Amino acid sequence: MKLKKSALIGAAIAGLLVSGYAAAQEQFIGLPSYRVGPYGSNGASLYGGWIDYMAMVNARDGGVNGVKLTWEECETEYNNARGVECYERLKNKGPTGNSVFQPLSTGITYSVLEKVEQDKIPMVTIGYGRTDAADGSVFPWVFPMVTTYWSQASAIVNYIGTKAGGMDKLKGKKIGLLYHDSAYGKESHAIMDKLAEKHGFELQKVAVAHPGNEQQAQWLQIRQQKPDYVILWGWGVMNATALRTAAKTGYSRDKIIGVWWSGSEEDAIPAGDAAKGFVAAGFNVAGANYPVIKDIQTNVYAKNAGNMEDKERVGSVLYNRGVVHGIITVEAIRTAQEKFGKGKSMTGEQMRWGFEHLNLDTKRLAALGAAGFMPDLKISCKDHEGAGKVKFQQWDGSKWNVVTDWIEADKPLVRGMIEESAAAYAKEKGITPRDCSKEM
Amino acid sequence: MLYREAGQFKASYKEDQQIFPIRQDRVGMAVILAIFFLAVPMFASEYWLQAILIPVLIFSLAAIGLNILTGYAGQLSLGSAAFMAVGAFGAYNFMLRIDGMPFIVALILGGLCSALVGVAFGLPSLRIKGFYLAVATLAAQFFIVWALVKFPWFSNHSSSGVISAQEVNILGFAFDTPVLKYLLTLAVVVVLALLAKNLVRSTTGRRWMAVRDMDVAAEVIGIRPMRAKLSAFAVSSFYCGVAGALYAYTYLGTVEPEGFNLDLSFKILFMIIIGGVGSILGSFLGAAFIVLLPIFLNVFMHSVFAGSLPAGLGSNLELIVFGGLIIFFLIVEPHGLARLWTLAKDKLRLWPFPH
Amino acid sequence: MGFFFEVLIGGLLSGVLYALVALGFVLIYKASGVFNFAQGAMVFFAALTFVGFQALLPGWTGLEEGSVMVFWLAFILALASMIVLGILTEKVVLRPLVNQPQITLFMATIGLSFLVEGIAQAIWGANVRALDLGIADEPIGWILDSADMIVSSFDVFAAALAGILVAALALFFQYTKVGRALRAVADDHQAALSIGIPLQHIWAIVWGVAGFVALVAGLIWGARSGVQFALTFTALKALPVLILGGFTSVPGAIVGGLIIGASEKLAEVYIGPFVGGGIEGWFPYMLALFFLLVRPEGLFGEKHIDRV
Repeated sequence: MKLKKSALIGAAIAGLLVSGYAAAQEQFIGLPSYRVGPYGSNGASLYGGWIDYMAMVNARDGGVNGVKLTWEECETEYNNARGVECYERLKNKGPTGNSVFQPLSTGITYSVLEKVEQDKIPMVTIGYGRTDAADGSVFPWVFPMVTTYWSQASAIVNYIGTKAGGMDKLKGKKIGLLYHDSAYGKESHAIMDKLAEKHGFELQKVAVAHPGNEQQAQWLQIRQQKPDYVILWGWGVMNATALRTAAKTGYSRDKIIGVWWSGSEEDAIPAGDAAKGFVAAGFNVAGANYPVIKDIQTNVYAKNAGNMEDKERVGSVLYNRGVVHGIITVEAIRTAQEKFGKGKSMTGEQMRWGFEHLNLDTKRLAALGAAGFMPDLKISCKDHEGAGKVKFQQWDGSKWNVVTDWIEADKPLVRGMIEESAAAYAKEKGITPRDCSKEM
Repeated sequence: MLYREAGQFKASYKEDQQIFPIRQDRVGMAVILAIFFLAVPMFASEYWLQAILIPVLIFSLAAIGLNILTGYAGQLSLGSAAFMAVGAFGAYNFMLRIDGMPFIVALILGGLCSALVGVAFGLPSLRIKGFYLAVATLAAQFFIVWALVKFPWFSNHSSSGVISAQEVNILGFAFDTPVLKYLLTLAVVVVLALLAKNLVRSTTGRRWMAVRDMDVAAEVIGIRPMRAKLSAFAVSSFYCGVAGALYAYTYLGTVEPEGFNLDLSFKILFMIIIGGVGSILGSFLGAAFIVLLPIFLNVFMHSVFAGSLPAGLGSNLELIVFGGLIIFFLIVEPHGLARLWTLAKDKLRLWPFPH
Repeated sequence: MGFFFEVLIGGLLSGVLYALVALGFVLIYKASGVFNFAQGAMVFFAALTFVGFQALLPGWTGLEEGSVMVFWLAFILALASMIVLGILTEKVVLRPLVNQPQITLFMATIGLSFLVEGIAQAIWGANVRALDLGIADEPIGWILDSADMIVSSFDVFAAALAGILVAALALFFQYTKVGRALRAVADDHQAALSIGIPLQHIWAIVWGVAGFVALVAGLIWGARSGVQFALTFTALKALPVLILGGFTSVPGAIVGGLIIGASEKLAEVYIGPFVGGGIEGWFPYMLALFFLLVRPEGLFGEKHIDRV
């Protein structure tokens, strides 16, 4: 018994110490994934899309300028302590260490926020994480890319405005905010309060306790208050339950506007017919007809090599979001290589430079086969967000259909809040923001 | 032979009442402490320090806390994580709101906050027993986390309810590298563990055990159950609170209330069950086991089945093996890992010359 | 006033669903003294197995997708799986742990819940699936028209189903031989054993019945919010029901469910807004806690007398 155990422990230690990457011309990407637990189905699609995109780049182009992409998954179970362990485990693998850390969990993001700066590994949080990190002068190593929660909230209000027939029509309207009662859900409050004040609508906040599989009380309150629109700021089982309960209490689904973590197939399918008409924001869209997804089909799945167990989910919202992660990672590597030498493995610092100078304009996106798939994006030292716009999609009972073009956020308002919040953080932590005019 | 106490005579009460009355234990302890204080910081990599040793130590402390309550005083609790949260947020607010607050004092005050909350939620234990009490402590678990999210004062009005720990600075010396953080954690844990070891063999500890074994009988012989139970809740929560504060300050740096969820409470309970109920040593062994096992499984699966297994299946297999191993351990050694050590000591008394 | 009753009725109906999950706990605790935390995982396993078979069966047998035949075949197969799972649990996990302290048994069932969750997802995948029982989750028309109150037809159906289930269990316990033996075992293991009741046989049956209850609960909850991992959280809704109703009482589970359901909804609506809402997570526990201070053994629990 004892012997067996010590043998096991020995094997574990050996496993932890061995890192078998010696060959150069590789770029290592550590993937802190989660495939079990309450959000396992989301993780499987997201990381599946991301891995498939990287596999496609390896198969089609032989890597980035000849540098093969390698990766390793580490199961976090969406748990902060496990996430930290994965971060530490992955950080020194590969010839140049982990290129980028993207945990897809706000909790883990916070847990490693200070470590990434010490270890010089950029952290990219696409569509989650700490919103005020978009101020790159205070958070040089963190990139809450594409669109932050605050931009999203503002874009949703703009969308409601266009539906109501103009932003001035919002005055006197009532908007409900059904939010997951957690750090994630509370992120919506500050910006929504500001927007309510600015546009003169009345905001009704309704909290849903975790996990949110019971919402009778909340929806009866909504039914009593009769808001004109309800913003669904949910996660996991809360979304399907919200749609079902809305149907039950007779609230029209096309008046419900979800955030991007509420607007995937994983949220709409379990709600059945009740989801029909539901509109959700997204910084990427669903669909397998984009050239980039077709490339994955021909270069990866046609060779029986895809990561998804359920091939039907290729082209789903979350899968495509994974592809967005892949595109941004690969393009950052490409950008960094252009400055620091093509065909070389990039270090964390060089990767950071790559992310900070990432410029995916519409032309580049079209070349990547992702025109209309994600918004055009330009990162700078000051602005680590880059795009700040979303498209809206509507569920027709079996799939998501895009119903709008990219809708912009109220940039000055959001940017002002981000800078204010980042400045407060810098003050609390004693950070001197870097001077972006001196950055190259 | 190795562990024979024959020939060690105790000539005074003082000698008889030492924490470690047997010389081998004292030597062993000294060697272990020397290893952890001197050798480990010199040789361990950053990965081992930050990802394994620090969390194991912190969870050991929390497990000691729960062990005091469950193992010694017999009160089942499923709210340990919430008490950790109170400690973390308490220490944060003391550091934030009082200028020049020394870290150690904030740590202790955080623990005391947690102790107060613990006593409040321990009150029902005077009337409720067993699983009814366990489920009632869930009220503490959910209520505390809810309150920390809901009232922005606790997190200094941060928009998302997270707090980020201030720099740890003791007498002008900044603890900012992994090695220093590890040493600080280790020092706190060692002091508190020795204190706990002492406490459980004091009058207080004996009162707890009497109440655990049979509270009516304990009352009859003159032990006040209320005092015994509430003091157990207070001490236990204090330990959990300090562990929570360390969790925020030396381990994660930034914490959110949801991090202290029910899963964490269960994990701590697992640690004491696997390690050994009513054993300080067991708390350490259990914490190490529960922290290391999933990591080991993850690494093991990756190296054995690298790429040959569908990704989702690998993670699920880890979960299955984890659950299976826990059941297996409970079946083969229901008294926990600490019991294995006791058995080993008995063997070592004669070994290597059993006849 | 209409709003008050609307919330109240909605709460009562939700409460029945909590009771449905709580029933599984009660059955096992009553018969074997095990606080089976894996009940939530079993609900998840049952629902996932059911939809899994439902998706596979048309391909295997050529039956039409979504037909009544497929439904019942899937139900029978899922039930069989649950019974096998229950019996295996009893044999492999609990029998070796007999006479261990309750907390060890409790921990073993938490280990079991990891095992069951892992197995379920390893077999059927992690995808979130829809489950359609063919009953619309919509307000009943005539109540909406006459009283302007929302009462969901699905909730009424679920409540009726739960009622039938409880009645059937009560009859089963009261009038069958197995039921009598079960009550004897619940009363006193030793005495039951000494008069020749096969203890382990009875335990296997109880785990089988608990599996059946889990399947029914899984179908109802799965139809409400989709078949996904979050079904395991239903256990958390059942725990306050248990303390309120007592761990050992079947009617207690129902009454406890009704009280918890109604009061948590009323609290969320009438107290929630003053403290920022989202109090449903802890309110039932607090309520149960205060209730316990008055009656430490729950509403219908057995009174425990300490002797020195």
